[in-house]
Amino acid sequence: MSQPVAPATGSGRIRTPLPFPTAAKPAVADTQLRANLHRATRTIRAKRARVVDEVPDWEALRDAGSAIKADVQRRLPELLEQFEASATAAGATVHWARDAAEACRIVVALTRAAGADEVVKVKSMATQEIELNEALEAAGIAAYETDLAELIVQLGEDTPSHILVPAIHYNRAQIREIFQRRMADAPADLSDEPAALAEAARAHLRRRFLSARVAVSGANFAVADTGTLVVVESEGNGRMCLTLPETLISVVGVEKLLPTFTDLEVFLQLLPRSSTGERMNPYTSMWTGVTPGDGPQDVHVVLVDNGRSAVLADPVGRPALSCIRCSACLNVCPVYERAGGHAYGSVYPGPIGAILSPQLTGVADNASLPYASTLCGACYDVCPVKINIPEILVHLRQQAPHPPAERAAMRVLSWVMRSPRRWAVALRLARAGAGPLGAYRERRTGARTLRRLPWPASAWTRSRDLPLPAPQTFREWWGKQ
Amino acid sequence: MRIALFITCVNDLAFPATGIAVTRILRRLGHTVDFPADQTCCGQMHANTGYRAEALPMVRNYVDVFDSYDAIVAPSGSCTAMIRDQYPHLHPPATSVAARTYELSELLVDVLGVTDVGAEFPETVTYHPTCHGLRMLRLGDRPLTLLRQVRGIKLVELGDAEECCGFGGTFALKNPDVSTAMLTDKCARVRDTGARVLAAADNSCLAHIGGGLDRHRSGVRAVHYAEILAETGATS
Repeated sequence: MSQPVAPATGSGRIRTPLPFPTAAKPAVADTQLRANLHRATRTIRAKRARVVDEVPDWEALRDAGSAIKADVQRRLPELLEQFEASATAAGATVHWARDAAEACRIVVALTRAAGADEVVKVKSMATQEIELNEALEAAGIAAYETDLAELIVQLGEDTPSHILVPAIHYNRAQIREIFQRRMADAPADLSDEPAALAEAARAHLRRRFLSARVAVSGANFAVADTGTLVVVESEGNGRMCLTLPETLISVVGVEKLLPTFTDLEVFLQLLPRSSTGERMNPYTSMWTGVTPGDGPQDVHVVLVDNGRSAVLADPVGRPALSCIRCSACLNVCPVYERAGGHAYGSVYPGPIGAILSPQLTGVADNASLPYASTLCGACYDVCPVKINIPEILVHLRQQAPHPPAERAAMRVLSWVMRSPRRWAVALRLARAGAGPLGAYRERRTGARTLRRLPWPASAWTRSRDLPLPAPQTFREWWGKQ
Repeated sequence: MRIALFITCVNDLAFPATGIAVTRILRRLGHTVDFPADQTCCGQMHANTGYRAEALPMVRNYVDVFDSYDAIVAPSGSCTAMIRDQYPHLHPPATSVAARTYELSELLVDVLGVTDVGAEFPETVTYHPTCHGLRMLRLGDRPLTLLRQVRGIKLVELGDAEECCGFGGTFALKNPDVSTAMLTDKCARVRDTGARVLAAADNSCLAHIGGGLDRHRSGVRAVHYAEILAETGATS
């Protein structure tokens, strides 16, 4: 099969409809959301730290994961063709999708060909990215999310706000309220105990599993040498979808490849500890094409580019494709903890989203995201495949369109600071200009600080005092010695 | 050993006391410190905000000014991290001078082999490890090792110490709501300690946290740890 040429940018739910600072504003003010995120991220953070600390060769595992992914990126075309050949030989049908719309069209056509008007879904970031549920609905096909958190989000007519825990922005009382409002078969006396909520979802989903003829999944890994797909999950609902229906369609980003089956040794150690903070996840499902008389007999794989080739072309930004969607970077990020996932406007929130979404869409379309970070580096420390997120953020800031006033100010400042003579004059002027004001403030308030300034400095003084230049600069002190 | 002080642009203008403190500490330990007057700025704000081309002239100026020294000391974790981590990529001829540039605690502990600088400071102090010192330079407990030797000091541990204060350079201006939310939590942890003094290795982060503490008239003073190490109890 000849490979189509991928477009330069991806489509789907990967663009911020509002700039990050604007979208973050209501989230920061939402006390319930703040409490939910604070509690949830810190709980997972602590669990991860415990199970990572007990692995003596964790750093070596990270190096191995990073090296395997770099190798995949270096020879992706070759590995994709190898995967296609292996999977096809095992009885699967491999499809290629350039972008979100093409991937959705393929899944709709396959579902129709199977004669189905509903599908059950395994939790999958790729299908969220391409907005598959919306495309299926438009084609008259009902999509049922079976992952508990995805089900909550779907019933709430909401979008996921976290990669691993899509409903992290809800607490259990809010979940009970969604179930009672939107789940017709929820018990009337449903409590907000986690076990009761899970049981209600279990009863609700069981009927879907038994009647569905088509399942749609993603994949955590796609193994080139064997043609095997791998799904890692906690609940077992994915296992139901992957084994009961007759037709199985898996939507897989092209970066999910691993060269060999033994490479899973590294990633099946890295992923559960980094994501749920477990030593091993409860369910790991692997399937290789069709096994006659056992499980789905009509197996399809849709390999999706959707902007990934463009990311691959940039050697500095490329490691973003190493991401295994563990969410460790979200859980340690102080910005994510306060702004929540929806502020990032993409299915990929948090630090990884801030480097992945702008690269998939082109930076101009997500220009505020590379700036949605203090560059504190907590994400880089926990990344199981050692993606240097701060470095890529700074790299993307070079490409972002800069506001004209900011650009002008930066250029003037650079012109001053590149010259020792001009800088010395500027320091003297700044000190002399602010001197009387500083002295006045010190007499009035006991400190040389400003409490209110006009825009744009108001962005600072709205919540912090601003120190004024000292009565003498350091170089003036030095010169007097 | 020829030691040069890279004061940093923010310290030169707004926090000269920190540079004076570094000078006094090194002289007290018997070293001569130079202050090359042609120094300007490391270029961090430009580089990290997406203005690499505008940062490069500052990088070149740094090489011109400091290349002849054995060691360069900067009282700033983030400026030192900019020089050591980013200069070799931005401007390869800067690689050698970048490797000879140290944050103050690195110079004292690693290069000069000193942990007791003869300071006295009878106050309750809490220490915030700033992000670039912590995660880029990997300063570890070097600054705390120095502070623990200060006579009369009472060090109290800061909760969630390793969490960013929300400054992030232009982040504080571009994302004021999230920045303020982070600052509020950092100030609350500082207040929880009961300390009267907050110390750190970066005056830019301290201007942010201190600016928040001042806004609420908290009575907590934010100072660079060099100023604590410079105190001897005697009136200067």
